[in-house]
Amino acid sequence: MALDEGKDVKGGHDAREYDHEGEFRHVGTRPDRPDGVDKVTGRARFGADAYAPGMLHAAILRSPHAHARILKIDTSRAEALEGVKAVVTRADFASGLEGEDWNILENIMAGEKALYDGHAIAAVAATSKFIARDALELIEVEYEILPHVTDVDEAMQPGAPVIREGAAEPGVPEGMHPNVVRYHESGHGDVEAGFAEADLVIERHFTTEATHQGYIEPHACLAQMGPDGRGELWCTTQGHWNVQKLCAKLLGVEASAIRVTASEIGGGFGGKTTVFIEPVAMALARKTGRPVKLVMSREEVFRASGPTSSASMDVRIGMKKDGTMTAAEGTFRLQGGAFPYAPMEFTAMCAFACYDLKHVRQRGFDVMTNRPKQAAYRAPGSPMAAFAVESVVDELCQKLGLDPIEVRLKNAAREGTRASYGPTYPRIGLVETLEAARAHPHYCAPLGPNQGRGVSCGFWFNFGGETSVTLALSMDGTAQIAVGTPDIGGSRASMALMAAEELGIPYEDVRVTIADTASLGYNEISHGSRVTYASGLAVIKAARDAKRKLIARAADKWGIDPEAVEWRDGAAHPAGENAGDFEPLSIKEICAEMGATGGPIAGHYEATPEGAGVSFATHIVDAELDPETGKTTILRYTVVQDAGKAVHPSYVEGQFQGGAAQGIGWALNEEYIYGEDGRLQNPGFLDYRIPVASDLPMIDTVIVEVPNPGHPYGVRGVGETSICPPLAAVANAVSNAAGLRLRQLPMRPARILEALEAKADGEG
Amino acid sequence: MSMVHVSARVNGDAVEFLCDSRETLLDVLRDRLALTGAKEGCGTGDCGACSVIFNGRLVASCLVLGAEAEGAEIETVEGMADGEKLHPLQQKIIEHAALQCGICTPGILIAARALLAKNPDPNEKEIRYWLAGNLCRCTGYDKIIRAIQDAAAEMREEA
Ligand code: FES
Ligand code: FES
Repeated sequence: MALDEGKDVKGGHDAREYDHEGEFRHVGTRPDRPDGVDKVTGRARFGADAYAPGMLHAAILRSPHAHARILKIDTSRAEALEGVKAVVTRADFASGLEGEDWNILENIMAGEKALYDGHAIAAVAATSKFIARDALELIEVEYEILPHVTDVDEAMQPGAPVIREGAAEPGVPEGMHPNVVRYHESGHGDVEAGFAEADLVIERHFTTEATHQGYIEPHACLAQMGPDGRGELWCTTQGHWNVQKLCAKLLGVEASAIRVTASEIGGGFGGKTTVFIEPVAMALARKTGRPVKLVMSREEVFRASGPTSSASMDVRIGMKKDGTMTAAEGTFRLQGGAFPYAPMEFTAMCAFACYDLKHVRQRGFDVMTNRPKQAAYRAPGSPMAAFAVESVVDELCQKLGLDPIEVRLKNAAREGTRASYGPTYPRIGLVETLEAARAHPHYCAPLGPNQGRGVSCGFWFNFGGETSVTLALSMDGTAQIAVGTPDIGGSRASMALMAAEELGIPYEDVRVTIADTASLGYNEISHGSRVTYASGLAVIKAARDAKRKLIARAADKWGIDPEAVEWRDGAAHPAGENAGDFEPLSIKEICAEMGATGGPIAGHYEATPEGAGVSFATHIVDAELDPETGKTTILRYTVVQDAGKAVHPSYVEGQFQGGAAQGIGWALNEEYIYGEDGRLQNPGFLDYRIPVASDLPMIDTVIVEVPNPGHPYGVRGVGETSICPPLAAVANAVSNAAGLRLRQLPMRPARILEALEAKADGEG
Repeated sequence: MSMVHVSARVNGDAVEFLCDSRETLLDVLRDRLALTGAKEGCGTGDCGACSVIFNGRLVASCLVLGAEAEGAEIETVEGMADGEKLHPLQQKIIEHAALQCGICTPGILIAARALLAKNPDPNEKEIRYWLAGNLCRCTGYDKIIRAIQDAAAEMREEA
């Protein structure tokens, strides 16, 4: 979920929505997704697949410096180039913005300073891509280079270059460097008293590097804005209402002036929850009066979209000989680039969320550096916390000779546990995932030489958010649903399944469309694992609304009370013998007459569901270490996660597998590497290596279903939790394989070799 | 700017286009021939989203120049289905839910078809190594491997 929304995160909701009785008919089956044919034939239109007559192509000039004052920008030579239609700089955007709106504007187009390598300085629209790119070279920028800092710990040191004076929010402890802009502290009990009760206390330091979401589709958009001030924007995004809101603010126009249509989206994982190029394309469209297409290159995606934070963390946990955890404490420092809102409070709040702790305390520091503004990445902030905490838990188990699953079961949070971050948990499924992991054949399979097994748990809050859905019935009784949450991973199928379930009609009779911003009420971004939960709940409620209307039509026709009519198997039936003796009226019959019986029938839902159930997972991984090369091979992987209720189990499994794969990449290979000069050294898939097919084994999945009390069918979001355990699970497996523990990610071969040598020296 | 005139065959149809000498085959397919099935994920040959068959060989179309296509036979994902009838690989990718966002899917389909043409019964490892140039960030590859094996089995039966 996007932290920069500044929304409250809750976990212990008491919203009671779960009301399902009996067997499901559609939910839990695995039909083909409605957009499957489009996606296997090349027909689906993604961000870069849109064209318009008279379209111009845009390109962005980016800073080669990590930190520099912009003394002068001269665009005259670029403007004079044949084919160039407009150049925009910061002066072409709104002034007087404040807070996060100002931050976002500053990030998409530099003001007085270039704040990181890749920061946008100016943009060109021209009649071809090549002319636009050539024109960039004709823009003359005079920089005064400033000292820079890209490391989180260094940025907190006295004397570190200041990214922005006066950016710190109230609450930051006295005496901190001005780069520390926010502070979080939470917990309960008396940790020192807790540590005093422990037989063993372990405190360790951990670091994780910034990683990128790595969606295969670069950011892309097509913008138009006429002289009447009305605009259209087509773009790849996780949330087009948010894009509309931000573009309007950054351009200084009303939201309704811009209609945003979300294209099919080629992956987001949180990275497409904000804007980068869209307002720039709109500004160029406004200036030229022509459609402008803007597509990021892969290098731009790495340098100038929103990677995740890097982290420096200290974790201390106390345990009794029998495995009881007596206290836990953590400090989490996250850099989020040259802007505030690194998700450090999520890191802190998630850190110990798996455990029932009497004494717990967590602190977070939000630190600015000369890097791009971080964006959400799948359970933002949580995976690094799990890496640190679950590594220490594992080490405690090793030292005390205890089984890692038994220890986690002994300390696991359950219904009624006071969460480390405050609320009291309603029904949750951590224990069930641990029990299923313990019972899985993977957990007791034999291991060979240089092989080790690792276990880790993980937690994510999940999220609801503003949601609008319309379900319109056709004259023939089929249903058309308009939702506002882009379909990133098969959500059309889940929506259709839930509508079919409620209405009692075939799955194939439901068509799901992602509506544009002019066609539906506000919809929060597709993030926080909210789509199947919140849009799903909205679809169910809209279907129930439609059902009420269908029942009223039947009741009218029969001349009885609507209360005396019930809906079953896609038809209205008299409820019981007293209601009267009528033949059931099917949805088709009622809809065929809708015009004459009161007009069109549609169901609606517009609200903010609050009962997104928290979600837990337990992962088991076997790794083999090659002592010659330091290479880690993942041999076997099992994901066990609570889905509440799996609406389309194949896509739930897919989320489990995809999260595990991304986590493995984070653990072993992926990292943003900055040089001494503050420039990103590896802005491409060759040097920023995400897992390829030959790097991974099959990924086994177990879906645990502990219904979420906050959803009519018990659904919990599943998209994010799956990336939380893998970092620690892999580290724990490596530790068990080679008797060495890496507390710095990624565990690239050179690091492992170094650790192996250090260990050999220590032993020799 | 001098344009190059090129005649080629795409999915069996004769095509002609003018292109800038800097344009890649991927640019030409997408921007000039309106075949946007092949995707640009990187432009540097690292992601496989732009995979097409070029004179019988699997290539990254972002690494081929449009001007090089003179006289070439090119096959893209748009030519994979036989009218209404999906190719077994397309069918199985859907059935196995072997896509989430679907941006990698055209490239995976083209690469997998090339594999099955060479090796009708690949094992898991062979598929993994063959697809090592096709990045998928969503699925973790598990369901893709299963779908390809299932499609291969069906194609062997039909053959
Ligand atoms: S776009 Fe050609 S390999 Fe990535
Ligand atoms: S399905 Fe999204 S990249 Fe493969």
